[in-house]
Amino acid sequence: MSSRAEIFANIRRGLGRTEASESQRETVRQRLQTHPRNSIPARGQQEPEAQVELFIRMAREAAAEVIPLADMTQLPQAVADTLEAKGQHELVMARDDTLTQLGWAGVHERLHCHQRTGQVGDEASLTLAFAGIAETGTLMLYSRPDSPTTLNFLPDTHLVVLQRKDIVGVYEDAWDRLRQLSPGRLPRTVNLITGPSRSADIEQKLQMGAHGPRQLVIYLIG
Amino acid sequence: MSNTQTAPIKVGLFVTCLADMFRPEVAFATVRLLEQAGCEVEVPAAQTCCGQPAFNSGDNHSSCSIARQTIEAFEGYRYVVGPSGSCIGMLHHYPELFADDDPWKARAEDLRSRAFEITSFLVDQLNFSGIQSGFSGRVTYHDSCSGLRELGIKQQPRQLLSEINGAELTEMQEAETCCGFGGTFCVKYPDISNRMVGNKTEFAVSSGAGTLVGGDLGCLLNMAGKLKREGHAMQVRHIVELLADMTQTPAIGESDFDLAKAL
Amino acid sequence: MQIKSPEFKQSARIALQDVNLQKALGNLKAGFPGKRAAAVARLPEFDRLRDEARDLKNHILEHLDLYLEQFEARVVENGGQVHWCRTSEDARQTILQICREQNAKTVTKGKSMVTEEINLNEYLEANGVRPVETDLGEYILQLRGDHPSHIIAPAIHLNLEDVSEAFHEHHKRPKLNDPAELMAEAREMLRKQFVAADVGITGANFLVAETGSTIIVTNEGNGDLTQTLPKTHIVVSSIEKVVPTLEDMTLFLRLLARSATGQEFSVYNTLSSGNRRPDDQDGPENFHVVLVDNGRSDMVGTQFQDMLRCIRCSACMNHCPVYGAVGGHSYGWVYPGPMGSVLTPQMIGIEQAALLPNASTACGKCEEVCPVRIPLPKLMRHWREKEFERHLTPRAVRWGLGSWAFLATRPKLYRLFSACASRFMRLLGSKKGRISSLPLASGWTDHRDMPVPTGKTFMQQWHARQQQETKS
Repeated sequence: MSSRAEIFANIRRGLGRTEASESQRETVRQRLQTHPRNSIPARGQQEPEAQVELFIRMAREAAAEVIPLADMTQLPQAVADTLEAKGQHELVMARDDTLTQLGWAGVHERLHCHQRTGQVGDEASLTLAFAGIAETGTLMLYSRPDSPTTLNFLPDTHLVVLQRKDIVGVYEDAWDRLRQLSPGRLPRTVNLITGPSRSADIEQKLQMGAHGPRQLVIYLIG
Repeated sequence: MSNTQTAPIKVGLFVTCLADMFRPEVAFATVRLLEQAGCEVEVPAAQTCCGQPAFNSGDNHSSCSIARQTIEAFEGYRYVVGPSGSCIGMLHHYPELFADDDPWKARAEDLRSRAFEITSFLVDQLNFSGIQSGFSGRVTYHDSCSGLRELGIKQQPRQLLSEINGAELTEMQEAETCCGFGGTFCVKYPDISNRMVGNKTEFAVSSGAGTLVGGDLGCLLNMAGKLKREGHAMQVRHIVELLADMTQTPAIGESDFDLAKAL
Repeated sequence: MQIKSPEFKQSARIALQDVNLQKALGNLKAGFPGKRAAAVARLPEFDRLRDEARDLKNHILEHLDLYLEQFEARVVENGGQVHWCRTSEDARQTILQICREQNAKTVTKGKSMVTEEINLNEYLEANGVRPVETDLGEYILQLRGDHPSHIIAPAIHLNLEDVSEAFHEHHKRPKLNDPAELMAEAREMLRKQFVAADVGITGANFLVAETGSTIIVTNEGNGDLTQTLPKTHIVVSSIEKVVPTLEDMTLFLRLLARSATGQEFSVYNTLSSGNRRPDDQDGPENFHVVLVDNGRSDMVGTQFQDMLRCIRCSACMNHCPVYGAVGGHSYGWVYPGPMGSVLTPQMIGIEQAALLPNASTACGKCEEVCPVRIPLPKLMRHWREKEFERHLTPRAVRWGLGSWAFLATRPKLYRLFSACASRFMRLLGSKKGRISSLPLASGWTDHRDMPVPTGKTFMQQWHARQQQETKS
């Protein structure tokens, strides 16, 4: 008997049956299809204004920097300012039109922009967030040709653009949006990111910047 | 003569083997409290031990024998009350020992529904607030594990202590952390047990209280033994001794010798 | 790794005297419990979520075969491969085979306790494949030839000096004493490894049947670099980690970080659903999921089934006074603390692991903090039952219990015995009220005095009183 067959036989024997009944199969089918929600924390069910406030508070608590901007046109200056303050001038950005079509020429003396995957040695990257989850100040990003995953992990500083309107209360709202975006199949990689990389493995002392970005900056647009 | 008095509640006392052997005053104090609260107390002769040592060692056969004996001994009492969270907790485990189709299971469940630890009985069942005690001093309370986590005993002893005018309760750090007794654990793993009780006595002494109080003799004997070995003056008593105003006798691990010294 | 569980008592004794370890354990106790408590206090729904999580896990186990089937089908649809491994040996061989197919020289690893369980690293090394641990704690341990002592903070038993020494020796760089500098050096060293790796191996915190996804939860981001940079990503996971939907996964995630470190949410929660898509600029071309049984399917339908609810958060060991006294290595195998005391006998046999489920006072703190309400003390007691049934209990203990039970079921004889024992002890120590040395109970009297009975037994006194009352 193959390992697979043995394992299944063993599980079924333990459950006191051979094959599952039709009603059991239906239960499973139903759950997978309708994906019912379990209990949702009240903190994620507030009015939109309050949700945004919560997102900002939780993200900052997780050591992310949150910089509100009125609209996207302000982004290139804001990014140049952010990076200059850190002594950084190289930026790798995602290829999304909403990013690339901005006025980067206006800051070309302060900032050199590239569009590629992340590489060891990259100072900073700029990507778009698909959603922000207020419950824990978490960003949701997903992999696609325009926005390779390595941009989220290799550079020292990760800059993320998040639209106010894309802030939801709880993860469940984000899953619903993701399913609409990508019905039937999730993107290859979905990242939920809450603050910069850290570790307390050395004597239980918390340090930022283990392997992922040392700093996470969120530009909140709108 | 009008009969306005309610009939006394018939209670079977579960003595516990530790009270029986090491500190009978705990059982006497429990009787006194129950009588103060309007109960008529009997002590079924066929009781010995709740069976914890066998149960915790995986000896189900012996556990069942002891359980049956105990169930039978206490049938017919409205309530079964004892001065120990772990022993009464053990009585609450009896149903687990019997198969669903075993008639003993129902009898065990019945006992379970009638079995209470003393402070929980006084507060939760009888709503008793008639504590009269001349005890005076600062006390700190150790929450024994079984009582706390199996029977929900936390606020009841504190509520009763608050009725003693002279008693001042000061909480110790980590009052809920295990003292390291654990029945056979303290002799099977003495080094670890010693570390745990050493931590506990440190916290108890740091509380600044003169008396360490608790609801389980296993824990109390363990902590008293350690305090004495470490040379501390802190006294250890079972809570019923304070509540029943029976603190004129030596504390646990002390003798008239110490009592004389203290006076 | 070598099994040392039979030496638990000796290991514990050494651990209790180990000043550095005790300091490290002190840090653990000063950190995790308080942080968890704070996180729980901030989420009013926490206890309700625990009930739901327990019920959901029970539902999953009732339909485990069905959810696993669905998970497998989705992974295959996503272009991945699923490998079923009944034993540790199966799993090792399967993983090696995949590495060989890729001509892998070096593999990077995200933190995975199940790969410790199947002893993967040793096996890969012996077969010409070099595994490189990338989780900072695991990396330090690998340099030292050491093993995890905690399931989420693997190097918690080490101090700064240990890390400093290890880096100095292996990196061939000047000795550093600052935690930030040490971490920066590790970051630099491991970046080269991430890029050079042919294969990346991670664990999985959960497997999502709805989408055929696996999820890893880290704070460092090492798992992400491990799985994104190499051509091949291998996920090694045990079979009971499957959950039905993204919403169900979310329920457990809400409990996981809070129960573990007291964080609201770990920094990186990453969902992987198969291999690189057309036009993706990065990501693995090959996605393998290696599912490990190793005794788990044997637990289904038994009195140990509840243990399969475990989500590997570590709350139990963080709150256990025994773990807090002796640390994880004393348990002698992969999984320590209360969860280790239940799993180890299952995986390596009760003969070798018997000391573990006995090294507990059944205080119940573990069950109190378990996010999925596993009745750990009850499960440990079930192991003691098995031990007793199979006559593995030490003879002296068995004899003592047997004698006690004999007396306890004969009340009249018991009264006689207790009256004598009481008298005997009073003779030994009545002056002081306590005994300092009792030959048969040196386990007790080595460390503490034994309070002496205060007089005749209660039953003797009560009986005397009753008789007096009858007379008067």
